[in-house]
Amino acid sequence: MPVQRDQTGKKMGMWLFLYTEIILFGGLFVLYAVYFSWYPQDFILGAKALGLGFGVINTVILLVSSFLVAASITAVHKDQRNTALAALTGALVCGAVFLVNKYFEWGHKIEIGIYPGSERLLDGPAPQNLFFGLYYVVTGLHGIHIVIGMVLLGVSLVLVFCRKITAENDAVLDNCGLYWHLVDLIWIFIFPLFYLVV
Amino acid sequence: MEHASHIFSYKTLGLVLGTLLVLTGVTVGASYIDLGWINVWITLVIASAKASLVLVVFMHMKSAGKGVVVSFLSTVFFLAIMIGFIFWDVAFR
Repeated sequence: MPVQRDQTGKKMGMWLFLYTEIILFGGLFVLYAVYFSWYPQDFILGAKALGLGFGVINTVILLVSSFLVAASITAVHKDQRNTALAALTGALVCGAVFLVNKYFEWGHKIEIGIYPGSERLLDGPAPQNLFFGLYYVVTGLHGIHIVIGMVLLGVSLVLVFCRKITAENDAVLDNCGLYWHLVDLIWIFIFPLFYLVV
Repeated sequence: MEHASHIFSYKTLGLVLGTLLVLTGVTVGASYIDLGWINVWITLVIASAKASLVLVVFMHMKSAGKGVVVSFLSTVFFLAIMIGFIFWDVAFR
């Protein structure tokens, strides 16, 4: 008996979930936008303290990883299993490098006394405390999404390896890919908002 | 061959990656030119262009069907209402 697969339904379900993610981050962006319009000078000073280098490198890393995930789907459809495995592994490496960068970025901030509740922020101007509070919440929440995305990519990698994901049955890879692209999409807005308002 | 329609070649994907990287360079470059409040809008327009590329090519939005396109645009519409009304409120306090 042929197996019935509802690919359209699975994809629609994933998109519906992604909309909730868009509204989740959208709410945080509104919060940022309102405070930015109230205290532009403090937010500009905050953005200058972030260090553009980390932001640019992480943007490039995420864009490349998104390309690799898209390439893995093309590879699966061309029955190039090894290419798909290599692309997914590459995307996972990109995710790991992103998190390592974040570790050093946050580590440096914490070292110079910029972290939620630090004396430097509590004694300084309140709007700058707001900026860095939002910075930690938004990039932290995004970082959690990167970790979840890496788990999903890892599952896809194993399923491709076990030949459970094929050109005819690609919904899992497609949906994991969609999640990863959304994480990239959100970073596309986080990067200019936090690092480029100078 | 029903799947073939939503599969992009490596070349297309590579071109999109190249464009995204160039746009990242442009947005970083533009931030060094001080145009006042226009800077924010330039940044947002470039970010939206990048997001559209990711949605249409990497996320295969077109082939996902009308339902996805319409529901996605509705989400953006409601997000715009949320942002618009909040700023409306904030501006007239």
